[in-house]
Amino acid sequence: MSNYLLEMKHVSKEFPGVKALQNVDFQLLSGEIHALLGENGAGKSTLIKVLGGIYIAEEGEIFIDGKKVDINNVNAAREAGISIIHQELVQVPHMTVAENIFLGREPMGKFGVDIRKMVKESQQMLDRFDLGINAADEIFDLSIAQQQMVEIVKAISFNCRILVMDEPTSSISDREVEQLFEIMRNLASQGVGIIYISHKMSELNEVCDRVTVLRDGTYVGTRVVAETTKDELIALMVGRELDQYYTRDHVKDTEVVLKCEHIDDGKKHHKRVNDVSFEVRKGEIVGFAGLVGAGRSETMQCIFGLTRGSTGTITLDGKQISIKTPVDAMKYGISLVPENRKVEGLYHIQSVSFNSTIEVLHLFIKNLMVNRKKEAEITQEFIDKMHTKTPSHEQAVTNLSGGNQQKVMIGRWLATEPKVLIMDEPTRGVDVGAKAEIYEIMNELTKQGMSIIMISSELPEIINMADRVYVMYDGRITGCIDYEDVSQEAIMKLATLETDQHNNGDAGNLNSQEAAKA
Amino acid sequence: MIKVKRYFKDNLGIIIALLAMILFLYVYPKTHNTFLTQNNIFNVLRQSSTNLMLACGMTMVIILGGIDLSVGSIIAMSGVLGAAAVVWHGLPEIVGILIAILSGVIFGLLNGLVIAKTKIPPFIVTLASMNIAKGIAYVYSEGKPIRCMTDAWKFLGAGNVAGIPTPVITMFVVFVIAVLFLNRTKIGRHIYAVGGNDTAAKFSGIDTAKVKFIVFSFSGLMAGLAGITIASRLYSGTCTSGDGAEMDAIAAVVVGGTSMSGGSGKLGGTLIGVLIIGILNNGLNLMGVNSDWQYIIKGAVILLAVYTDFLRNRKKGS
Repeated sequence: MSNYLLEMKHVSKEFPGVKALQNVDFQLLSGEIHALLGENGAGKSTLIKVLGGIYIAEEGEIFIDGKKVDINNVNAAREAGISIIHQELVQVPHMTVAENIFLGREPMGKFGVDIRKMVKESQQMLDRFDLGINAADEIFDLSIAQQQMVEIVKAISFNCRILVMDEPTSSISDREVEQLFEIMRNLASQGVGIIYISHKMSELNEVCDRVTVLRDGTYVGTRVVAETTKDELIALMVGRELDQYYTRDHVKDTEVVLKCEHIDDGKKHHKRVNDVSFEVRKGEIVGFAGLVGAGRSETMQCIFGLTRGSTGTITLDGKQISIKTPVDAMKYGISLVPENRKVEGLYHIQSVSFNSTIEVLHLFIKNLMVNRKKEAEITQEFIDKMHTKTPSHEQAVTNLSGGNQQKVMIGRWLATEPKVLIMDEPTRGVDVGAKAEIYEIMNELTKQGMSIIMISSELPEIINMADRVYVMYDGRITGCIDYEDVSQEAIMKLATLETDQHNNGDAGNLNSQEAAKA
Repeated sequence: MIKVKRYFKDNLGIIIALLAMILFLYVYPKTHNTFLTQNNIFNVLRQSSTNLMLACGMTMVIILGGIDLSVGSIIAMSGVLGAAAVVWHGLPEIVGILIAILSGVIFGLLNGLVIAKTKIPPFIVTLASMNIAKGIAYVYSEGKPIRCMTDAWKFLGAGNVAGIPTPVITMFVVFVIAVLFLNRTKIGRHIYAVGGNDTAAKFSGIDTAKVKFIVFSFSGLMAGLAGITIASRLYSGTCTSGDGAEMDAIAAVVVGGTSMSGGSGKLGGTLIGVLIIGILNNGLNLMGVNSDWQYIIKGAVILLAVYTDFLRNRKKGS
């Protein structure tokens, strides 16, 4: 007789052409926070969807409290006490918190829905966690984190005993993450078993008890978090020891390629770029650190010609240039790989080939003739250069994994043969294996003479990859640190200049858990 | 050769539907003797010609993620203006024709300008210009048809070149130009890019405003050309012509496999879509189906065609 709250045994699930899960085992204790770790496509989501009754597994059994249960649909999962909080929140924005919590099971009074009762009960549930959320407010007015809290409260209102959270911290601030963890611990102490999916390894130590690693749809192992190391987990996820996670041959004092002076976004309200000056040297990786909203992306968008009305002087190779549009920038050899590949980067339904060549159409479309051979050559060149894994050139880019999408996007701008490549969060939402590959490629590119500006919110990445780090705060550059002197503390001090003055000690709170050096 | 194969594979569903319709009309006793005659084939093509012109523009507009509701009204307006220029103002036919086409282009330009420079959705902008164009047609003609019977006028819609109806020739020329434009120019690719992801297109350095401007102007040009073709075939500029033409064009584009959410679609599919709608209209007439019933049947066929395509795509996607 097992004493597991939840036990999944030998679960297999197949999609046409893909074995998404093969003979996977998973056990969850009551009162435990259990991380589920794996690269994109490792089968985490599939396993969760099997648990939630969204997919039906071909093989395998699920036991709750040692009793076998059949979960054939979402309602069966709910009755078994399983609640899933999906990555993309599914709430009705223009309904109140109470209406969302009771959606589909509203308490009925004499004249339709008993709104008063609904709000009252919702408020009681919310107050149990001391959330400071008003049940009569519209979801629309809440922050993402608060919406997540509401989702959790809703899950608990179903008397759930097994709570699954799919990357809940991917879009909320660090302070809110703390609050979320607090609630998770609180729930666990009441005996709820929590399955926690996250890409952020650093969060494991913070909140999780055990961790199970999946790779390519198979079960790799389970560890107690306190007794394992980050390196071991990465090795389990990737399937091999990563001999080197960061690859960087630092350079120093090479000639200046790009000089930007007094860059200003020219905005009167919500000014994000305020008299920013910096320079980039040949073969350098220049890091831009700072908090979200410090104006790093906005600065680069000014330089790339995306912000109308921006001012400042840009000097490239000693000559002053004028950039009014992104086309100008690319002509001079400055390219920008945007931060958010979903929104700003990819043409999702289009092919790898379309996405790879959209910047360089002039190379193969001339006089109403399309040189398909040349198009295929260019596509292949950057698939090879970036080690992109794709079944064909015609594959829709949306079907690739996050890492490969990122590679396609970087390759697209490499095709413009830039002298200076601006990369805004180059490894966001990319799994560890692909991350290491991207670092290696960045190092290789700079060796060939390219200069890279890298905006990153991941301090370890900045610390290990950049030759010099500019730190921004509130639209201004607050300092520049050489790689010999760079440290997490030095960056945070500059990144939170103002907070530091008003409120000592708060500075370390930000991103500190992520800064744990790899 | 690979291209032809691919074309058949991509459009298999609607090609089968088209062939099934042709086969049915050939076998069906009432239409057996009339359907596949040269006369009737030219008839179908002539009736489809203006729809294909509109659908070429509409395909690009829809790939761009937009919609153009104004084309039907532009048909009426351009026909009226062209005929009025010739009949009332004594201008040569060629000038009348140019005025008609130009009026369409101007409306397209205005649609494009507003859509590119503001954030008003194309549906709203073209809904407004649809009413304005219709209004201009009614005001200018005072609601009466403007008759024009000269040979030069009749040539574009009712004439022949070497036995082939002129509008059929116009249709193929327009189609070829549109195909070359969409598939073999940078702007063509940019249309797919803007429709697929507007923000990404901006980061790609694509002048999204210019692309929208060009595409809506092209749609206006097509509507102007269709307008003068119809006015020529009817020997008159009439403010009621082109009623509902935008819906036939949208139907053809959608049946042809272009996604209403933008970013994907092919003119090759649109061609088949136009033929399906053309043969459907023609076949129902030949079979003597009451015209009131024709609407219902047409609607059902459109739904069925799109649904089949949806099922096919879902299978491919999973």
